[in-house]
Amino acid sequence: MSRVQSALALSLLALIVLTGWLPHAGPAFALLFPDRDRLIYRQDDFADLILAHLAIVGASSLLAALLGSGVALAATRRWGLAFRPLLETLLAVSQALPPVAVLAVATPLIGFGPLPALIALFLYGLLPIAQGMLAGLDSVPEGAREVARGLGMTPAQTLWQVELPLAAPVVLAGLRTSVTINIGTAALASTVGVKTLGLPIIIGLSGFNTPYVLQGAVLVGLLALTVDLAFAALSEPLGRWRAPQPSPGEPTLAGAD
Amino acid sequence: MIEMTQVSKTFGGARPAVDDLSLSIAAGEFVVLIGSSGSGKSTLLRMINRLVEPDRGEILVNGVDIRRQRPEDLRRRMGYAIQSIGLFPHWTVAQNIGTVPRLLKWTKARIDARVDELLALLHLDPAEFRHRYPHQLSGGQQQRVGVARALAADPDVLLMDEPFGALDPVTRGALQEELLRIHALSGKTVVLVTHDIDEALQLGSHIVLMNQGRIVQQGRPLDLLRRPANAFVHDFVGRTEIGLRLLALDRVAGRLRPNEAAVGEPISADLSLREALSTFVARRVDRLPVVDDQGRPAGALFFSDLLERQL
Repeated sequence: MSRVQSALALSLLALIVLTGWLPHAGPAFALLFPDRDRLIYRQDDFADLILAHLAIVGASSLLAALLGSGVALAATRRWGLAFRPLLETLLAVSQALPPVAVLAVATPLIGFGPLPALIALFLYGLLPIAQGMLAGLDSVPEGAREVARGLGMTPAQTLWQVELPLAAPVVLAGLRTSVTINIGTAALASTVGVKTLGLPIIIGLSGFNTPYVLQGAVLVGLLALTVDLAFAALSEPLGRWRAPQPSPGEPTLAGAD
Repeated sequence: MIEMTQVSKTFGGARPAVDDLSLSIAAGEFVVLIGSSGSGKSTLLRMINRLVEPDRGEILVNGVDIRRQRPEDLRRRMGYAIQSIGLFPHWTVAQNIGTVPRLLKWTKARIDARVDELLALLHLDPAEFRHRYPHQLSGGQQQRVGVARALAADPDVLLMDEPFGALDPVTRGALQEELLRIHALSGKTVVLVTHDIDEALQLGSHIVLMNQGRIVQQGRPLDLLRRPANAFVHDFVGRTEIGLRLLALDRVAGRLRPNEAAVGEPISADLSLREALSTFVARRVDRLPVVDDQGRPAGALFFSDLLERQL
C-alpha cells in the first residue's frame, strides 16, 4: 500500500467513525459547551446528509466533466481551434461569478430546490476541468502526434491511444480540483433548501449554535479530504511512464478558492 | 517504386516549399534527400505518405496514385521514423514497436514474435528491453526502437526524417552502420532526410540535393563530389573537404597491397580511407599493416595508394 493509499484508508475510516459516533457525542460536546441544551444536530441523519451531499456534487461534477472536457477537446481539434480564445474567456467569467451570487440570481427565476444549486455548482466546476483538459492536451509532445499520424493511426485512434492517455494525469488533476472545490461549495446549497452537509452549518449559524456548525464543518472537511485522496490514489498509476515520478497526489492546477 | 511528377506545395508564404519537382526512386535504393533547412526536403518526404498533400502534381507508389488510397492504409504500408522524441512515452518498447502490427490487427502471438525478432536485429536484448519505457532508454537505444517500429510491419518503403539528428557522433555512427546493414539485408527502399553531408555520403546510394524547393543535383555520392553541377553543390559538399569526403567513400580493402607487410598496430580492412589517412598522419608513417575482419594479416596500405582512383 502506498502512502497515498494508506492516507486514504485512514481518512475514510475517520469519516465513517465520526459519522457513527456523532449522534452519541452529546457528553463530549457538553464538556466543550457546558451552557447549552441542544448539542447534537438531530433533524437529519449525518449519513443521509453525506450521501445527499455526494449526490449533488456528483451530479454537477459529472455534467461539468462531460461538457467541460467536451468543449476543451473540441477547442484543441483543428476545426475548433478558432473557438479556443472565446472558450477561455467564458470559462474565466464562469469562475468569476461567486456561487452565492448564482444562487441568489437563480433562485427567484427557478425557485428553491436542487436545480439552482446544481446550476451554480456546475458552472463553478467547469473551469478547472476544461483547463485541465486544455493543459493536458497541450502537454502531449508534438512528435508523438506526428508519429501517430505517420504510422497510420486515424484521428480517433490518435486521440484515444496517444493523446488522452498522455493527457490523463493533468486531466485528472483538473477533475480533482473541480470536485474538491465543489464539495466545499455545495454546503452553500443548503441556503436554498437543498439537503447537504451545509444544513447543520446554516441552521447552526442562524441559531447561534456553534456545536451544529462544528459538526457540519468537520464532516465537510473530512469528506473533501477523503475524496481528494481518492483522486490522488487514482492518479498514482497514470504517471508510471514519466521519467521522474511526480510526487504522489500533487495537484497540477491551483485551486481557485 | 516511387514516381513523383511535377509536384508543388506552398504553405502560406509566397515561395513554394516544393516547386514543380519530379523525382523517380527505384526499388531497393537508399535515397538521401539533403539540403539546408527550408529547402523542402522534409515536405517532399512527407508527401510520400500523405502527411502533406501536394497542391499540384502526382505521386505514384508501385504504379498506383497515392490519392486513390486511404492515407492510413498507405502509411501503414510504409515505415516512418523521426528524431528520437517520436516514441510514445506512455508505451513500453514492445508496445511502441508493435504499433503498426496492432493497427493491422495481427494476432498477439505474431506481434510478440515480431517484436523480439526486431529487438534482436537491432542488438537490443528482448528480455531486457521489451518492458522498458522510453525514458528508461539512452538516446541511441530510443532511436533503435524508433527504427524497429518503422520496420515492424515489414514495409516496402522506409521514410526517415533526420532520424539520427539528436544523437552524439559515436552513437550516430553505430546506427548508420546498423541501417546500412538492414538495408543491405532487406533490400527495402529507404528515403532519408538529413542536412548532414557526411551522413548523406555514407548512407545514400542515390543523393538528391535540394535548394528552395527544387532539385539542384542528384546522383551517386561520387558524382556529387567529382562533378558538382554548380557552385552551390560545390559549396554544399564542402569546398576544402571534398578530398576527404572522396576518401570516406572507399575502404582500405580496395587499396591494400596483399603481399606486403608493415610494422605497427594493424588497421581493419573495413576502415574507410579517410580514417586510414588520419591514422597515417597521427602515426607519422607511410605504410600501415592491415588485417581482415577475422583479424588475419591481409597486407599493407601504402600512403601513396590513397591517391589512386580505380573508379
